[in-house]
Amino acid sequence: MDLALILSTLDATLRLSTPLLLACLAGMYSERSGVFDIGLEGKMLMAAFAAAAAASVFHSVWIGLAAGLLVSIATAALQGAAAISLKGNQLIAGTAINMLAAGLTTFLGIQWFAQGGRTPQLQAGERFTDITLPFAEELRGIPVLGQIYHDLISGHNLLVYVAFLAVPITWFVLFRTRFGLRLRAVGENPKAVDTAGISVIKLRYQAVLITGLLCGFAGAFFSIAQGSGFGNNMTAGKGFIALAALIFAKWKPVPAMFTCLLFGFLDALQIRLQSARIGGFEVPVQAIQALPYVLTVVLLAGFIGKAVGPKAGGVPYTKER
Amino acid sequence: MSSAILKPLPTWADVVLLPLANLVLAFVVSGLVVLAIGHDPLAALNAIVTGAFGNGYNIGYTLYYSTNFIFTGLAVALAAHAGLFNIGGNGQAYIAGLGVILVVLPLQFLPWWITFPLAIIAGGAVGGFWAFVPGWLQAKRGSHVVITTIMFNFIASAIMVYMVVNVLKPPGILAPESAMIVAEGRMPKLGAFIPWFKNTDVNFTLLLALACLVGVYILIWHTRFGFQMRALGHNPNASTYAGISNSRTIMIVMTLSGALAGMVAVNQIVGVQYRLVLDYVSDAGFVGIAVALMGRNHPIGILLAALLFGALYQGGNELQYVIPGLSKEMVVVIQALVILFTGAMEGLFRPGLQRIFTTLSPGQKANAIAASQVKSES
Repeated sequence: MDLALILSTLDATLRLSTPLLLACLAGMYSERSGVFDIGLEGKMLMAAFAAAAAASVFHSVWIGLAAGLLVSIATAALQGAAAISLKGNQLIAGTAINMLAAGLTTFLGIQWFAQGGRTPQLQAGERFTDITLPFAEELRGIPVLGQIYHDLISGHNLLVYVAFLAVPITWFVLFRTRFGLRLRAVGENPKAVDTAGISVIKLRYQAVLITGLLCGFAGAFFSIAQGSGFGNNMTAGKGFIALAALIFAKWKPVPAMFTCLLFGFLDALQIRLQSARIGGFEVPVQAIQALPYVLTVVLLAGFIGKAVGPKAGGVPYTKER
Repeated sequence: MSSAILKPLPTWADVVLLPLANLVLAFVVSGLVVLAIGHDPLAALNAIVTGAFGNGYNIGYTLYYSTNFIFTGLAVALAAHAGLFNIGGNGQAYIAGLGVILVVLPLQFLPWWITFPLAIIAGGAVGGFWAFVPGWLQAKRGSHVVITTIMFNFIASAIMVYMVVNVLKPPGILAPESAMIVAEGRMPKLGAFIPWFKNTDVNFTLLLALACLVGVYILIWHTRFGFQMRALGHNPNASTYAGISNSRTIMIVMTLSGALAGMVAVNQIVGVQYRLVLDYVSDAGFVGIAVALMGRNHPIGILLAALLFGALYQGGNELQYVIPGLSKEMVVVIQALVILFTGAMEGLFRPGLQRIFTTLSPGQKANAIAASQVKSES
């Protein structure tokens, strides 16, 4: 394998792990605060649709992004209302959100654009294009390092950089701020936080809304950055891989990044293997596709390490009277 | 506190009134969506009802969908009685098709009344196994059954694509599907006996579904094991104290739940499509969640809810021909709202209803006040 091939595979890895990373970090806020979220997929799908629809109608990528974020946050608020205020079953709330997104996006897509659920093809200015970082062209000639800078680090769309920037930010917010400490505390022992005079409900809503925001970025990535328009069910289960990554990373930001990169790499590998088979040694593509899920099951069962989630996860908080 | 004097709802309100209120709300919200995009919601509702019950043909298809939903609804409900949320009905129903086709294809020249029971056993065994593993992992290793079953849905889907494309697909066929079962091995459709149903997909599996409803009722409320699983569902600590093995109960319940979901494969493969195609479950497993929630985990409720959703699916199919532009995804929206309102937003109506019931019946109010005074004194 030469450097160019390795770099192009890693380049694809970065792109494919971006939505996983955004959704995974999104889930981290919610689950760290004690609200299980299996509705990442649905929020991404809603955002993907809203972003593409708005970008195409208003001919602006920024209005598209704003619409995606807004719709995702609104969906998160609905899920939060069910799971936090009304003390409903968080898992069922997530399931409902996923189903609502699948139905509503297709239904409205067919209604509004009459292209079988697709939104119109986005033109220049309606989607995020690849950014060439400063000096990328000049440094290209330098062997290895320059090549890595030009081929791998430079030349991605804005949201890829947003995703990887969100990792240190999330780490800082969760582990170095007062808000983060309270957020983690509320997921482990909400009663203690309540006793300290801090509103459990408010904290959980804040966490869930941040989850909505990040899912909005992830969804927008699908339709107005990676793709150029919305297609039916275009998130294709990525929200669940992100959930798997979250568990695999044991609810920590930096491991989350590496897990998402691993899962993204598997995805890139799988796409590559479909076109070119490795001589003599044939791995079914489906085996690679299923690997993230298998790994998560194995990890969750404690066969390699142990993944233990936030203690108060899944339980609505009821204040004692 | 005002909420302290609220009494629990009477059973009939809990079982009938609350689900109906949530259903009406789901319909109203969906109607508003239809209205917002410039269509007449009442015309849409009329089209759905006519499409579901208009004539024997419509009813036949409604019953065909209901058959699947009874199985998946029972699968979710049975697990729910033991306090488990089996979200993997889709994967269990999907992978069960592998067992069904592998048993039926070699024996396809035998009459259907021999292949049918064998298909039930094979589908039940494979579907059951696919739920047993998550159950076993929860019982023995402590992994959350919800996450494991979600992952198993995706693993099942990968396995099925591999098996259909690389193993089961006969040479010379382009579409990703297995060989056809010959006419002898196919289950007769009800239309063959009752001409009124015409050539619709409803078949003898419907009777199996009805038998499963009765069987699950007896299992839950009239057997020792049913008591054990309900005890586990209500309070795992108490059931341990009573000498019940929780891990054994979890594993058996999950296996039975997966086996019930696996019956969808029997209906689809031996009764309708006569071959294994990709994604033949088409989310029936998730509809099962709505059916179980709506039916309050009781077989009678599940029967009614499965009929409702069967009607919605069949009516939704017809909807797009009656009102151009309104697609069958409308039904998925309604279904999602039903799950949201009945499953996750119960708190929306329950306190209000409780307040109404408490104020409406003076005796109850006195009792409630008395109860609250006792509580506050102690």
